[in-house]
Amino acid sequence: MVKDQEFLKSKASYCLDLAKKMGATDASVTVGHSISETVNFRNKSLEASDRSDGLALSIETYLGKRRSSISSSNLLDENIKTLIEKCFETTKITPEDEFNSLPDKNLLAKQISSLNLYDETRFENDKKIKYLKDLEESASSNNQIINTESSFTENKSNFILANSDGFCDGYKTSSFTTSCVTVAKDENSMERDYEFSSKRHLSDIKQAIDLGNKAAKQTIRKLSPKKIGSEKISIIFDKRISKGMLSVFASAISASAIARGTSFLKDKIGEQVFADSINVIDKPDIIKGMGSQNFDAEGVNSNTLQLIENGILKNYLVDTYNGKKLNLQSNGRSGGTTNLYFEKGNISHEDLMKKNSRSLYITETIGHGSNVVTGDYSVGATGFLVEDGEFKYPVNEITIAGNFKDMFKNIILANDLEFEYSVNSPTMMIEGMTVAGK
Amino acid sequence: MSNFFNKSDLTRQDADKIVSETLNNCDDGELYLEESKSESIVLDDNKIKSSNYSSDLGFGFRAISNEVVAYSYSNEISKDSLKNSSENLKSTLKSIKGTYNHEIPKSNKKFYEDINPIEQKSLDSKLEVLNKVNDFLRKKDGSVKQVTASFAGEQKSIEIIRSGGEVLTDVRPLIRFNVSVMLEKNGRKETGVYGIGGRQSYDDYLKNDNWKNVCEEAFRIASVNLESKPAPAGEMKVVLGPGWPAILIHEAIGHGLEGDFNRKKTSAFHDLMGQKVASEGVTIVDDGTIDNRRGSLTIDDEGTPTERTVLIENGILKNFMQDRHNARLMKTRSTGSGRRENYRHIVLPRMRNTMMLSGNQTQDEMIKSVDKGIFAVSFGGGQVDITSGKFVFNCTEAYEINNGKIGSPIKGATLIGDGPSILKEVSMVGNDMMLDPGIGTCGKAGQGVPVGVAQPSILIDKMTVGGTKL
Repeated sequence: MVKDQEFLKSKASYCLDLAKKMGATDASVTVGHSISETVNFRNKSLEASDRSDGLALSIETYLGKRRSSISSSNLLDENIKTLIEKCFETTKITPEDEFNSLPDKNLLAKQISSLNLYDETRFENDKKIKYLKDLEESASSNNQIINTESSFTENKSNFILANSDGFCDGYKTSSFTTSCVTVAKDENSMERDYEFSSKRHLSDIKQAIDLGNKAAKQTIRKLSPKKIGSEKISIIFDKRISKGMLSVFASAISASAIARGTSFLKDKIGEQVFADSINVIDKPDIIKGMGSQNFDAEGVNSNTLQLIENGILKNYLVDTYNGKKLNLQSNGRSGGTTNLYFEKGNISHEDLMKKNSRSLYITETIGHGSNVVTGDYSVGATGFLVEDGEFKYPVNEITIAGNFKDMFKNIILANDLEFEYSVNSPTMMIEGMTVAGK
Repeated sequence: MSNFFNKSDLTRQDADKIVSETLNNCDDGELYLEESKSESIVLDDNKIKSSNYSSDLGFGFRAISNEVVAYSYSNEISKDSLKNSSENLKSTLKSIKGTYNHEIPKSNKKFYEDINPIEQKSLDSKLEVLNKVNDFLRKKDGSVKQVTASFAGEQKSIEIIRSGGEVLTDVRPLIRFNVSVMLEKNGRKETGVYGIGGRQSYDDYLKNDNWKNVCEEAFRIASVNLESKPAPAGEMKVVLGPGWPAILIHEAIGHGLEGDFNRKKTSAFHDLMGQKVASEGVTIVDDGTIDNRRGSLTIDDEGTPTERTVLIENGILKNFMQDRHNARLMKTRSTGSGRRENYRHIVLPRMRNTMMLSGNQTQDEMIKSVDKGIFAVSFGGGQVDITSGKFVFNCTEAYEINNGKIGSPIKGATLIGDGPSILKEVSMVGNDMMLDPGIGTCGKAGQGVPVGVAQPSILIDKMTVGGTKL
């Protein structure tokens, strides 16, 4: 069983009391407990089981404007005492930083409402095994599939965040995650693809058979790929990839990147950065949402933020420290975005595919080719050549490149938005990008 | 050396008994105990942004029978906790019986000292170096707009207890010093990053004001990029510089030669043992035994002494990298490549220091032989799709080559290639093999472990460069 609120609160207040007693002017502490159980399958038989049970503690101590932190997994009182002593000793010799402080008291979350983020259902390992058997049976039903690997993880977590201004709250969350990776082979190539499902509640997880089928289908269609020539072409990004553009956008508007001046979106508030049909929203209070939260990593209340309105940048993601540097109030985004999404567009997936007589549909990218300082983008890619709205043949060993400043202004979104993950996007088209191939 | 048995009610005798009793009917497994102490001190934006210290303690208990691995970890080292884990392992493996393999090779060699780098240098003197870095760079040139400098240090003590009471231990220091600088000129911003590190004390790396060299290098890279032009797009010849660009070898070849992917036949290399996979003259080894290197280990995380494993010899595929589990199933021996990020993770076959050995040509000869291509000096991250064999990496410093001469610097571009065929495209191997500066971390299955790479300059006849200029 995951540790209850009372246990975590008692550890948190022990830490705060001790820090205060040693002379800290302020302190904040997070205590968490998490239990995970995973079962792994390969080629229709059990491959591994894994159980983890972990406590984690992190403390920040302040002496005026001086601050330092420690973290540990050892929650014995004796160890905590040694660590807080060490932390406070470090704080004393760390230089002052005028922006260091706990969050403003009036911004702290006051009431927390239930977002239904915890499902206490136990999905015993025997049931996980049954689920994975069904999944792999369906994934391997086509004889071009030569290898299947799948897993099911159940996680239950609880945490308390407390600070010396009297904030003390936390809540339980759960997640159930299943994934399947399949390998297909024909006389020309061997290819891999995957499908997964991750939910707060067990009953929302995709059916095993559907998940296995989908993984297999997505893998087989990649067989016997071709390399295309280098050219300018319209690119359609599958939802898997288009949501990644949102993640890049989020890191470019984090207050820390803005304050440090290391973002291509610095000083762009109020300016057009996306096509004027584009709206981007970060919504923390979606019931059962994978990214939902009652407050951020500092205890600050987080409300829905419209980040992009009709293409115009409206807000950065602000935490206390960087907010003070920028002279902005925290908007409860210490720790980043919550449930981030593009509002859906008004063209169907089918029409998007037909929009150009020839385009490239990307299903996977590899490499770390997003530069948030310059906006330059260059990644390896695999996908399909689309002609007249149909997949003609699979394509690989190519790269796609551009600059986000231009790409964002040329985005066209389909109307197929679904809320599956913590970051969600419809299928996306960007016209006129450079593909490097043969 | 940590004493794991003075922390609670668990005695060594209890642990031995529970381990032997749990693993009796299994093929392999062990109790892995770990205590780590680590620090991270970061200067950013003219200030000490964070100083964090963390201590972690826990165990991972593993039992293997046939192809099934059962694993359980906890950060509470106690009799109850270990018994719970034992029950958990037994319930997974209840219907599968094995025969425990007691054999494990031994060695007295050590590749680093039992030091705690965190305690060897005072916090004050670390802060002083970071502040000097900041002042030095900001005074150096008006275009310097941002400086980030950091120290990361760690000491990890491990103890492995096998069935029958055999005990293996190791104490591993690791440090890294890193500088990142952002320049702005005529509205353009570019970043340069450089770092050094390994398994010695901070001062071994920082003596003779060596921090200045790290600053100069970061500054040089950023300055070069300020002048960069859009990169070309398409297939062309690529000259790789020596040292860190060997992450190409790591991504393109190394991962595909890890035992697990080959046992499962999901690697593009699984049926190529003994065959020619590279041009003649290409020899690649994975070596855990180089003194004080970031990727070196005295013993791996299963207790096997590490070694120098020849992967490719003169173009022919000779060996995969193995941990005990995959070696047993593939009827071979462990190469001392079983690694894990920490006690929370299972062991996987991983790389250590992956190196392409020197040939006899010069970098000059390579550049002169290229009509149109690029010269790649440094890279950021890379990634590989093991199954299709396709890999990428991102240039952080690269130049055009036109008619045998190095031209303008080009903007960060991704290079993409095909692992199983790329080494056949190597047409010249340089005489200038160099180790990387000690900064690599390899990710696999969500686990990061420190690694090293090395190579001489090489000429690759055909690779796709992912620029924007057609």
